[in-house]
Amino acid sequence: MSAEINLTLKVWRQPGPSAEGSFSTYEAGGISTDASFLEMLDIVNERLIESGEDPIVFESDCREGVCGTCGLMINGRAHGPQKGTATCQLHMRSFSDGDHITIEPWRATSFPVLRDLAVDRRAMDAIVAAGGYISVNTGAAPDANLTPVPKEAADTAFDAAACIGCGACVAACPNSAAQLFAAAKVQHLNLLPQGQPQRWARTEAMVETMEAFFGSCTNHGECEEACPKEIPIDFIAWTNRDYIKAKVKNRKLAD
Amino acid sequence: MAQAITRASTPPPVRSAPRLRLPWPLSIYQTAVGKKWVMGLTGMALLGFILVHMTGNLHLYEGPVEVHEYAETLRNLGTEIVPRTWLLWALRVGLIIAFVLHIHSAYSLSQMSLAADQRYRGGRNYIAASFASRTMRWTGPIIGLYLFYHLADLTWGWFNPDFVRGDPYHNVSESLSSVPVAVLYIVANVALAVHIFHGAWSMFQSLGVNSPRYNHLRRYLAATLAGAILVGNLSFPVFVQAGVIDDGGRSFVEELRRHGAAEEDH
Amino acid sequence: MPGSLDARIPAGPLAAKWTDHKFSMRLVSPNNKRRFDVIVVGSGLAGASAAASLGELGYRVKVLTYHDSPRRAHSIAAQGGINAAKNYQNDGDSVFRLFYDTIKGGDYRSREANVYRLAEVSADIIDQATAQGVPFAREYGGLLDNRSFGGAQVSRTFYARGQTGQQLLLGAYSALMRQVAAGTVELHTRSEMLELVTHDGRAVGVVTRDLITGEIVPHSAHAVVLATGGYGNVYFLSTNAKMCNVTAAWRAHRKGALFANPCYTQIHPTCIPASDDFQSKLTLMSESLRNDGRIWVPLAPDDGRAPHEIPDDGRDYFLERKYPAFGNLVPRDVASRNAKGVVDEGRGVGPRRNGVYLDFADAMTRDGETLIRAKYGNLFDMYERITGEDPYRVPMRIYPATHYTMGGLWVDYELMSNVPGLFVLGEANFSDHGANRLGASALMQGLADGYFILPYTIGNYLSDFLGDPALATSEPVFAGAEQAVADEVSRWLSIGGTRSVDYYHRELGKLVWDYIGMARNQTGLEKALSEIPALRDEYHRNVRVLGSADTLNQSLEKAGRVADLFELAELMARDALAREESCGGHFREEHQTAEGEARRDDENFAHVAAWEWNGADGPQTRHREELAFENVELTQRSYK
Repeated sequence: MSAEINLTLKVWRQPGPSAEGSFSTYEAGGISTDASFLEMLDIVNERLIESGEDPIVFESDCREGVCGTCGLMINGRAHGPQKGTATCQLHMRSFSDGDHITIEPWRATSFPVLRDLAVDRRAMDAIVAAGGYISVNTGAAPDANLTPVPKEAADTAFDAAACIGCGACVAACPNSAAQLFAAAKVQHLNLLPQGQPQRWARTEAMVETMEAFFGSCTNHGECEEACPKEIPIDFIAWTNRDYIKAKVKNRKLAD
Repeated sequence: MAQAITRASTPPPVRSAPRLRLPWPLSIYQTAVGKKWVMGLTGMALLGFILVHMTGNLHLYEGPVEVHEYAETLRNLGTEIVPRTWLLWALRVGLIIAFVLHIHSAYSLSQMSLAADQRYRGGRNYIAASFASRTMRWTGPIIGLYLFYHLADLTWGWFNPDFVRGDPYHNVSESLSSVPVAVLYIVANVALAVHIFHGAWSMFQSLGVNSPRYNHLRRYLAATLAGAILVGNLSFPVFVQAGVIDDGGRSFVEELRRHGAAEEDH
Repeated sequence: MPGSLDARIPAGPLAAKWTDHKFSMRLVSPNNKRRFDVIVVGSGLAGASAAASLGELGYRVKVLTYHDSPRRAHSIAAQGGINAAKNYQNDGDSVFRLFYDTIKGGDYRSREANVYRLAEVSADIIDQATAQGVPFAREYGGLLDNRSFGGAQVSRTFYARGQTGQQLLLGAYSALMRQVAAGTVELHTRSEMLELVTHDGRAVGVVTRDLITGEIVPHSAHAVVLATGGYGNVYFLSTNAKMCNVTAAWRAHRKGALFANPCYTQIHPTCIPASDDFQSKLTLMSESLRNDGRIWVPLAPDDGRAPHEIPDDGRDYFLERKYPAFGNLVPRDVASRNAKGVVDEGRGVGPRRNGVYLDFADAMTRDGETLIRAKYGNLFDMYERITGEDPYRVPMRIYPATHYTMGGLWVDYELMSNVPGLFVLGEANFSDHGANRLGASALMQGLADGYFILPYTIGNYLSDFLGDPALATSEPVFAGAEQAVADEVSRWLSIGGTRSVDYYHRELGKLVWDYIGMARNQTGLEKALSEIPALRDEYHRNVRVLGSADTLNQSLEKAGRVADLFELAELMARDALAREESCGGHFREEHQTAEGEARRDDENFAHVAAWEWNGADGPQTRHREELAFENVELTQRSYK
C-alpha cells in the first residue's frame, strides 16, 4: 500500500509578474505515496525553508477539489495524470519511484504569472460579471416551488454548475480558449426557467467578454479531459447555438 | 494598486473590440463564435463540393466519353432558366466566396488564439487533441496551395504540355501519369482527409448541432466522410499509374473538335 | 466587576420580535444610501450575500477578500445541505420546530430571539437561492426535494448533490458580481485585512495588505462588516481550507471587540483519518454515510488482522452496543467522543491505529452493491482517490475532525459587536448555534445574516451618521494602523529563526487537539495554558520567514495568521477551563453523567462568555450575557 518514492522535480520559478522565469530542479526524496501532490510540495517547501531557500509559491485552499484555487500543469497535463481530479486530490500513488515531474503554472496571456506557480485568473471573474447571474434583488424572489423545473433540466444545469472555476480548461487548451468555463457558466443559467428572461443578453455579453481575454475554440476537446468536474463540451455547442440566436433576438429586442 | 476586479484591472484584453462596428448581420462575423459559424457553414459548403467533385470524378472509370458528357451536364445546368454555364459559374463564385471566408476566418481566429496562448516550456501532453485537430493550421494551407496547383494544372493547363482545354479525362490521365504529380496529389489528398476528419466533426460543435443522444454519430460521420473522400480521391492517381485510366495520349475531346471542324469544312 | 452584556433583544412575544423590530428600526432613504460607505471583509456566503444585498439597496460597498476570487471562500466546501422551515414535505415542520430543534441541538446555549429569527427567514433563503438559479435537487414533478439530515425528524434539508455550499456560494457570488458590474460594489481581491481602525470607539475602517505587491492600504467607511469565517484551523488539521484563519476577527478583538464562547468547537465524526505527519488537512465524508454504514472496531486492542478476517464476535459495534435506540446515528459529538474512546483504548484501526471502521458490507448484502453505488458512489470514489482503498471491498476508516466553530465575535441582536459600527456575520460571529451546530444550519445562518438581517439592521446604525462623510484615510488613526501593519511585516521578516511557520502551526495544532479537543479536563487545560504560551514565545523568537515584503510571500501571510491562532488557542483553553460544565461540543470530563453523557449546569452556566482583550500582557476579562429561556424547556439530551 503505502510506499516511499524518490522524485526529481523540475519546477517553474519566477520571482514576480514581470521577472524572467526558469526551471529549477529539486530532488524530492522519501515521499510517501499516501501524500497528496500538494503535500509533496509542502514537504519540498519545508526542506527549502530549512536550507534557507525561498519556498515554491503555489496556490491551494480547500484541498478537497471544490474551491478551484489549486491548479498546476503536471508533466504537460492540467491537474496531472488522473482524470476528473483536481491537483489537490491527486495523490503520489499516481507516480513511481524515480519519476521526473515537470511542474508549470497555468499558461495563457490572460493568466499572467504572479510568482512561481501562481497566476492571476481575474479574467474569469470578468466573464461572470458580464452576465453570469440572474438579476433578482434580495427579497424579491417568489416562492421556490412556484416554478417547477423538470428534473432533467435541473440535472443538466447542475452538470454545468459543477464548474469550480479553476481554469484548467484554459490551461489545457492549445488555443487558451475559455469556452468550457464560459459555456458552463452560461448554460447553467440558460437551461433553467429562472434564467430565461436574461438568456440572450447574458449569452451575448458573456461570450463577447470571454473573447476579449481568451482564444478561440477549435474543438480539440482537451478541456473536457482536463476538467476536474468532467464537464462535457456539449455545453460549448449549446452556447454557440445560443450565441447566434442571441445575436438575432437581441437585435429584434433592441429595435 | 489593490487588486480590484474592474474592466481596467483585469489583465489587458488580448483582443480589442473592432474599431468599425459593421451593420447586422455582418457584425456577427466580427466575433469569434460568429467566425466559427462562418467557418462551419463554409466548411460544410466546401465539403459538399469535395464530395460531389469526388463522386463526379468517378466517371473517369467509365471512360472519356462519359466524363465529357458529365462535364457538359455541369455546363448545361439550369439552361432551362439561365444561359449555359451561368449556373455553373454561380456555383463557382459561391465556392470562391466560401473558400475565401473559410481561409479568412481561420486566419483571424488563429491570430486571436496565438495572442491568447502562451507556450509551455515543458511541453504539453495531449489527451483528446488528435493529430487531425492539431494540424488544421497545417493541412489547411497545404490544401489551399494544392488547390492552386490543381487548378493551374488541370483547369488552366500551365504545367501540362499535353493540356487540352475541356478534356478532363485526358488532362487527368496525362498529369497523373507523372510520378511526382501523382505523389503530390496523394499527399494533398491525405491532408484533405485529415482536415475533413476533424473539420466535419468540429463543424457540428461550432454550429451548435449537439444532441447527446446522437452525438456519438458525429465522429463516425466525420470518419466516414474523410475515409470515403480519401479512398475515392486516392484511387485516381493509383489507377492512372496502374494504367486503368488512360486514353493513350489521344484526347477524345480534341478528336471530337477536329471531327466537328472537319465536318464544318465539308 | 464586569456586568451582564445587553444583547438589545426586542421586547414582545418571540414570534413578533423580528417583525416588530424591523418596523421600529430607523431607515436610510434610497437617495441617502449612496452616501454611506460600507466595508465587507470576506466573500463567503455571509459576506457575498451581504455585499450583494447592500449594493442592491444602493450603499457604496467595498468587498475585501484575500482570495483571488470571491468564489473561493470556504463556504464552497459545505456538502450536506441547508435547512429551511418550508414544510414542503407536509411532515409537520414549522418555524417553531426549526427554532426548537436548533435551540435544543445547541444544548441551550444560544439566544432564543436570534434562533427564532433564523428559523423565520430560513424559508426566504430557499426562495432567493432558487430565483438566482441555484440548482437544488428536484423530484420528477419538478418541485424541490428534501431530505432528513443530522438526525432531524422532519425532512427540511434542501440540497444540491454533495455540493450545496458550492451552489449556494456561486449564487451569492453571482449576485455579488452583478453588483460589481453595476458599480455599487468595489471588489478587492488578494487583500488581507490586518487591522481594524477605530475612532471614538467606533469602527471606521480597516487596513489591508495587498498580497501581491505588499502594499499597505487604508480603507475607510461608515461601517465595517466582518464575514471572515471560523477558526477551526487552530487545530492545524481540520476540514477547513488551508487559508482559513481567525486574523480578521482577532484583530478586531484586539481593538476591543468581545470574543464569545471560543471553546465551542464542533467535531465531525466522519472524516478520513490522517495518513502521516505531512497530512495538511482532513477531508470530510458526508454524514449520510452513517445511514447505511456500521461503525466498529476490533474487540481486542492491537488486533493486527485485516477487517474481513475478524469474525463478528471479534468486533465491537460500539455505537450500536451503547445506544441501541439511535445506534450509528447518534449526534455528531456523541459519535465522535465514542470513536476517540475506542482509539484511546488502543483499538483504533488502520496503519496508524487512528480510525474506526465504517463498514458497508451488511448494507451491500441487504440492498445490493448497485443501490449503495447509486447512493454513495461519489463519496466512495472520493475516499478511494484519497486513501487508495476500495470501500466496496474494504471497510472505510473514519475518525473525527474539527469541522466548525460555534464561538466567535460577540454580537447583539442586530449582529453588531460591542464596537459600534462593527458588524459580524456567519461563522465569524457566535450568535445562533449555541454550544453545538445542527447539520445543514451553517449555510442557513450565513445567508440569513447576509441576505435578510444585516441589510435591515445596518441602516438602524447608519441613520445616525447621515451627512457625515467617512473618516478620511489621512487621519492619524489610519496612519497608526498602517504603521502597525508595516511593523508587524518587518518583524516577521527580521526574526531569522530556524523553523517554518507550518512547523509551529502543526505543533500548536497538536496541543490544541490534545487538550482542547473532543474532551477536555482541568489538568489538560491548565497544561494548555502553560504549554501554548511557551510554544508561542518560541514561535516569536525562532520562526523563519524568508523572502521580502513586496512580493507574493505565503510564509509571511501565514506568520501573522498563526500568531493570532496562538493567542486564540490560549483563550480557548481559558474559556474551556472557566466553563465548568459539559454542553454541546464542549465536553468536560469532570462533568458527565454516570453513563458518560454530557452534563450541563444550567444553574451557573446558562450564559454566553464574552472575553475582553486587555492587551498582550494580561489575560482577557470574562463578561457574561445571561441567556433567558422563555419559550422552551431545558432538557437533558439522551440517545439511549
